[in-house]
Amino acid sequence: MKNLWDLAAVFSYLSLLTVGGGMAAFPELKDLTVNTYHWVTFPELLHFYSLGQLAPGPNMMMVASIGAVVGHIPGALVALIAFFLPTGLLTLFVGRLWTHLATWRWRPAIQTGLGSVAVGLVAAGAIIMGMGAVTGIFSGAIAVIVFLLLWRTKINPAYPIVVSGLVGMAMHWLNIN
Amino acid sequence: MSEPETPPPPPSLGRLFWVFFVMGATSLGGGVVGYLRTGLVVRQKWLDDLSFVELLSISQTLPGLNATNMSILVGDRLRGGWGALVATLGMCLPGATLMTAAAFAYGVGGDDPWSKAFLHGIAAGALGLIVVVGVQLGSKVLKEFADYVFVIATAVAVAFLKVPVPYALLAAGAIAIWWHRPRDRTPKAGPKEDPK
Repeated sequence: MKNLWDLAAVFSYLSLLTVGGGMAAFPELKDLTVNTYHWVTFPELLHFYSLGQLAPGPNMMMVASIGAVVGHIPGALVALIAFFLPTGLLTLFVGRLWTHLATWRWRPAIQTGLGSVAVGLVAAGAIIMGMGAVTGIFSGAIAVIVFLLLWRTKINPAYPIVVSGLVGMAMHWLNIN
Repeated sequence: MSEPETPPPPPSLGRLFWVFFVMGATSLGGGVVGYLRTGLVVRQKWLDDLSFVELLSISQTLPGLNATNMSILVGDRLRGGWGALVATLGMCLPGATLMTAAAFAYGVGGDDPWSKAFLHGIAAGALGLIVVVGVQLGSKVLKEFADYVFVIATAVAVAFLKVPVPYALLAAGAIAIWWHRPRDRTPKAGPKEDPK
């Protein structure tokens, strides 16, 4: 039962940090789930996070995975509700208000100002994720190639990510990393 | 036959749930925003492009994921609070079910070296995806030199100096918002520069 409360506290807190997307919360996500509560190891977190990029729908459904690891189905439900309810309510109310604020002079300032901070948070998340995901020249090369491919073409990201997994298996077979 | 001016009647809650459920189940590989536009603007014609972009800019400014924030805003606009709820449930249900199942599968097969190798590979690939998302977000919002300074300061503070995200968010956010604060039409026109 205490675990469920911890899940609720952790994920509702993380929820409020997701400015600019789920990646912005990644540094705190890692700190809390790996270092503080020891629910998952860093590699496990990376695995769930990456699988979550392959799943359809919003890209942070991996919070259900961590919830399930901690408290089975109830854990998954608690993690999901905690992660989506606080920001959901905020969006609902601010969304209704926002249209009335169309001429508010601070609105563009908030949009532009938070925008650059959001990019910074996503970058920080990517750096921390990279420290775990890139373990050698080959995994670094995979990341760079996928980046270039997605940046330069309109290919569905699911394909290169699945291929990355197959390359990972090939590397294991050839005993390289 | 019907006048083009009349807006279409709002969809039923069941229909709303179903349309978002289908998008939640088919939007593979991230990029949910693209699927949302196709579904809501092109196919269902529930929104025009202008309102779609407006709701998207709210979604991107507020905390929360774009996909769920958009579900809430669109659901609320079409059917009020209940609409927001069923749209979000529909959007999340398929992915949440899959990722819960993935956790149990991981518990069974996660120690297998082949699955580990596969997951290690997709982690590297997902990193490439994250960087693209960051670059695309940046190309939209970063306009002047100061914006890049805010990005680097935030990233360095969080990733290397281990500043907790909420502090970084509040401090850098306040400075950046202040930097972009609304100014008067004639910004501090000193008397010397004044024409005449």
